Parts: sequence; structure tokens; C-alpha cells
Amino acid sequence: MKEHRNWFLWAGFLVAVAGFASYFLFFARFPSTRDIPWLNLLFFLVAALLLIVGLRRAFARESSYRGRVSGPILAVLSTAILMFFCFGVFVESRELPPSTDAPRVGQKAPPFSLPDTSGREESLSELLSSPIADGSPAGHTPKGVLLVFYRGYW
Amino acid sequence: MDAPDVTKSLCQRRGYTYTFLSDPNAEVIRRYDVLHPGAGMKGHDIARPAEFLVDSSGTVRWVNLTNDFRVRARPEQMIQAVKALQ
Repeated sequence: MKEHRNWFLWAGFLVAVAGFASYFLFFARFPSTRDIPWLNLLFFLVAALLLIVGLRRAFARESSYRGRVSGPILAVLSTAILMFFCFGVFVESRELPPSTDAPRVGQKAPPFSLPDTSGREESLSELLSSPIADGSPAGHTPKGVLLVFYRGYW
Repeated sequence: MDAPDVTKSLCQRRGYTYTFLSDPNAEVIRRYDVLHPGAGMKGHDIARPAEFLVDSSGTVRWVNLTNDFRVRARPEQMIQAVKALQ
């Protein structure tokens, strides 16, 4: 009996790979899909369904589908990819130092003086007191400064 | 952590007009206790994502220290904190 190619298995595996890769390559750019990776988890759900259908076809008693060896292998690989993904987005990304000495609300912000993009030193007190150019003759002094520690990386 | 010339080309490429300072030795990062040792590319020290709103008297009024480095303050959150300063 000629056995049919079991494309469900391969589709499931490819969707799992796409679920992993597309997060880091694309969906992580948008907070709505990055903060809670619901879209990529959906990819894995679809992958699981495809693999389940594929495995059932391969192992059905009078099966005419291939995949009794490739099926379990692809399923294990896909599971490993999912676990890798979950580790990255639910465990590793929370591994942060305690930062117990970071300034809290009500404390004085530690002073600093650092160079800007043109190499000019700017201090916190300068930033807080230098008038903002807003068209009026003297400008107006800032109500505050928002300090963003820009971590340009994962 | 990047040097001023690196951040300058980033700002030019992206059109950022706000003040962008460089802390290549992580001095201020350490002063604010937001150092994340070894977490950067090739094991370099970098900062954990953090935002501090300081009012005109130099007092901290809002802190955002995320517990997940994928989840950072969104612009709307920062703008809301700034508005609450009035």
C-alpha cells in the first residue's frame, strides 16, 4: 500500500519554528505582542494541534500515512522549541538584580554629570533648572526631568 | 553605556530630539543601582530598564523598575506620570 506523506507533522513543526523565530525577529518590536507573547503562544497551540492530528494519522491502525518515526521526532523537537521559548520569555527575562539601593519616591535623585551626544557635559541640576525654549522671552523652567535608563538590548 | 558618537548616530537615524547622555563606565547606572552585570552582548554590563521622574526640587516622584526586561514603560505610562507632576 502506498503511504501518503504526512504533511500535518511537518506543518506542525514548521509552525513551532515560526512561532519561536517570529517573536524575536518581529513581534517583539510591539509592546502589545511582546509584553505577553499571546500571539506566539497561539502559534505553538496551532503547531500542537497539527502535530496531534499528524500523529493520530500516522499511528492509526490501518494508517496509510507515513510518520511513525518522523512524527515523534518532530513532536519532541517542537516541544523542545516551545520549552526554550517559555524559558526565554517567562524565566530568563525576569532574572534581574534586586536594585535595593535604587532611589525611591520621596528620595533625592542622586546627582550626575554626563556627556550628551555632542560631548557636552550636562548635570542633573542643570537639566532641572535650564529654561526650556518655548517661544517666550525667558522660556520656562522644567517641572521635572524624566530619567530613562535606555537598555538597548534584551 | 554607548559613547556619545554612537548615541549621536542613533539619535540622528531615529530622529530623537531629547537629551541623550552617555554613561560608558556605568558610573551613574551604579549610582542609581540599576546595573545588570554581564547581561549585555558578549557579557558586558548593562543597565536594567528603569525610569525615574524627578521634580524641579530634585526629588524622585515616580519610579518604574520593571521585573521583566521585556516589559518596559510605555510612552503613555511615562506621559501620565509626568502629567501627575502638576
